[in-house]
Amino acid sequence: MDREGKEKQKEKGFSVARMLEERGVSRRDFLKFCSTVTVAMALPATMAPKVAQALDKVQRPTLVWLNFQDCTGDTEALLRSANPTVGELVLDILSIDYHETIMAAAGHQAEAALEKTVKEFKGKYLCVVEGSIPLKDGGVFGCIGGKTFQQIAKHVCGSAAATIAVGTCAAYGGIAAAVPNPSGAVGVKEAVPGITVLNLPGCPCNADNLTAVVVYYLTFGKLPAMDSHGRPLFAHGKRIHDNCERRPHFDAGQYVEHWGDDAHRKGFCLYKMGCKGPATFHNCPTQRFNEKCSWPVAAGHGCVGCSEPQFWDTSPLYRRLPNVPGFGIEQNADKIGLAFAAGVGGAFAIHGAMNALRKDKDATSENTKDGEE
Amino acid sequence: MAKIVVDPITRIEGHLRIEAEIEGGMIKDAWSSSTMFRGIEKILKDRDPRDAWYWTQRFCGVCTTVHSIASIRAVEDALKIKIPPNAQLIRNIIIGIQGVQDHVIHFYHLHALDWVDITSALKADPVKTASLAASISDWPNNSATHFKAVQEKLKAFVDTGRLGPFANAYWGHPAYKLPPEANLMATAHYLEALEWQKEVIKIHAILGSKNPHPQTFLVGGMSIPVDPDSQNALNADSLITIKRLLVKARDFVEKVYIPDLLAIASFYKEWAGIGAGVGNYMSYGEFPDPVSGNLWFPSGIIMNRDISKLLPVDQQKVAEYVDHSWYESTAGQGKGLHPWKGETEAKYSGPKPPYQFLDTDKKYSWVKAPRYDEAPMEVGPLARILVAYVAGHAESKAAVDMVLGKLGVGPAALFSTLGRTAARGIDALLMARQTQVYLDQLIANIGKGDYRIHANEKWDPKEWPAEASGYGFHEAPRGALGHWIRIKDQKIYNYQAVVPSTWNASPRDAKGQRGPYESSLVGTPVAKPDQPLEILRTIHSFDPCLACAVHVTDATGNELVRVRVS
Repeated sequence: MDREGKEKQKEKGFSVARMLEERGVSRRDFLKFCSTVTVAMALPATMAPKVAQALDKVQRPTLVWLNFQDCTGDTEALLRSANPTVGELVLDILSIDYHETIMAAAGHQAEAALEKTVKEFKGKYLCVVEGSIPLKDGGVFGCIGGKTFQQIAKHVCGSAAATIAVGTCAAYGGIAAAVPNPSGAVGVKEAVPGITVLNLPGCPCNADNLTAVVVYYLTFGKLPAMDSHGRPLFAHGKRIHDNCERRPHFDAGQYVEHWGDDAHRKGFCLYKMGCKGPATFHNCPTQRFNEKCSWPVAAGHGCVGCSEPQFWDTSPLYRRLPNVPGFGIEQNADKIGLAFAAGVGGAFAIHGAMNALRKDKDATSENTKDGEE
Repeated sequence: MAKIVVDPITRIEGHLRIEAEIEGGMIKDAWSSSTMFRGIEKILKDRDPRDAWYWTQRFCGVCTTVHSIASIRAVEDALKIKIPPNAQLIRNIIIGIQGVQDHVIHFYHLHALDWVDITSALKADPVKTASLAASISDWPNNSATHFKAVQEKLKAFVDTGRLGPFANAYWGHPAYKLPPEANLMATAHYLEALEWQKEVIKIHAILGSKNPHPQTFLVGGMSIPVDPDSQNALNADSLITIKRLLVKARDFVEKVYIPDLLAIASFYKEWAGIGAGVGNYMSYGEFPDPVSGNLWFPSGIIMNRDISKLLPVDQQKVAEYVDHSWYESTAGQGKGLHPWKGETEAKYSGPKPPYQFLDTDKKYSWVKAPRYDEAPMEVGPLARILVAYVAGHAESKAAVDMVLGKLGVGPAALFSTLGRTAARGIDALLMARQTQVYLDQLIANIGKGDYRIHANEKWDPKEWPAEASGYGFHEAPRGALGHWIRIKDQKIYNYQAVVPSTWNASPRDAKGQRGPYESSLVGTPVAKPDQPLEILRTIHSFDPCLACAVHVTDATGNELVRVRVS
């Protein structure tokens, strides 16, 4: 582009806030947006002005989005992200230089656009990866423009400031990596060792959490604190069970026994229908989906544990978490994790359960830090 | 002869590559290849059949409900489960709004940029744009003020010099024909549709917790409870919200999508003579009546563009070939196998990456070649609408005649790139209206005191026979979708899906017959081979969705363990 030099200069003068203003977003809406993401990031509301201040200063950052062994569900989630007007504009403002699902260019022109970004913004752009990366047989199970997904990931993620793996596939291999993993699929961190990766699992990931990560990065100049699975604590620091709106029914021993029974209609606990909430670390109950419309438990279906590594092999949808002693007592909820680890071994691995346990520990130490529990 | 490659084909779901030979400004031959494989059917082996919907849902996050629907129908067919009327109606609403939303996103966000030059919109006169818009629709947002605001937004965006996802496109290409005002109108609606789609799809969140990937399907029914007197169930409040959103969906289709489609099409009428393809069309039919089970959209087959004859669908005539796909088959070269008898193993034999060209004389795709009675079939909205039209389906006939009348063309124009794009609009219109009927039926049924959402008798696997098999058909937004399941000892013994994009993206078969994408490209003019906009137009008119196409596996014949592809 011939006006490039000029534009670069111009860019220096830009801030996200100013850009939003030019696009007809009022200061008031902008501040509202900052409050919302501040809450999403599980930061105290008093941090909102700092977020706003940081976004005021930040330059228009570049983001590229790579689709590998995926179903495009995370991209679709992005299209439905909450804070519609502003969120969308922020993404717009990010300058998404490559995203195959939405970009106008195709073929060589698309590849050229990606290459240009990698060169010009080396070490400065954010890379989002959706989908797993097949390693078997030299990676022939996934190619774009004649290059394997792994070759592309090494090149593009390797030159990025940071990579955000969205969805359980990009984070941990996901569905394609489930037994017997026919294509040798792995998550991005395993396919490209040594790079900085933040995992945002979920099937699909919650787009509001993605927006929050990006804002966090722009605000604080670093990625948020993560657990041992590389997940941001603000979204994965607590179990579904801890924040579930049906928790009082669990504590009171009120359970759904059959789909559509009286208890189901009254919104009782779904534990007996196979809910994995007690072993799943995610903020679904509070963040919810589609502009906070709903989330699985609210719609009468148990949590399936989709943000846990290897959940595909450890979480048959309707199998009850193994016997939990002492239902209805708050403190015993934690024993569920133990019982789960001890009992679930059956058909597939127990890996996920162990991870959940470990996570439990991390979460506890983290919680004491911000003094919430 | 110049061979060109378009890879990645963007603005689609999945990974698609087209290689084409161009001679004298026209495509002489073309090859369609899918370059990604996961193997989900193979992964499904030995798992709980009640879980299959959740796994197959991940075939595709764009058509995010369709594999769930086909899967639960397959299991219910195998176990002979009849679901309650409420569950059927809720499914019909989910299917309907999925189709409408998917088609609108396709038209504006995936396909429009093949016809609409956004940069030309900067030159438009907003006042003239408003009068153009007023001449085709009374949509309230079509004001000069609104168009001016959009134009200013666009200008500010372009002035930054960072075009983001709009960079490097074929802007200014001679094949773009719309005047600046039409480009501005379409650009404004591109943005409006982006807002609209996330509103109307909240119906999925209300009925199924979230979208994409709603979590509410159950073998035997649905998991969203119904009770007008509960705050934790589908109640009056949520039903009225759905009603409001359905009206919003229908209004947008009637007042924005259809008028835009007709306006844009009128500038590109030559595309009614380009891109016909194989000329055989198949639809499985859709929207079962909650009581009789009769399908609202009829099923059927049209061969060789002969609209005087409608043939019934006979699934026995489906066979898959792998002569040009990266699989092995012990059946031997040139043999097609019915899905129940087939057997395929993934075996890549293409060039070692990185590569420039595929060896298209040999095997060149992860998609297999399904054939009906040895013929390649096109599936999708065009097939659905043609079949309904020929079957005399009153609502479809009226909508088709309206669109053809406004464009001043005959039914033969439907056999084309433009026809495919127009049929998708007609399909959206029909579904947007019909979905309201299902909501009214649901409300009426609940009003009668029927709150059932699930048939419980066969939920416990102990109630199942030792062996069972079944299939589930669904007319997905992209066309005829079939899932087949075999259950043994309460576990999945064999699972297969033959999906719309497998039919359409299919490579050549043993006889060398091209698949629908390939066939439709032959004869297409290409003004600038280094900017093959025309290829995108025709390929996008099918609405490719490749992640699905490659999970597809055929069956496993004697050795039940083996699954194919995926």
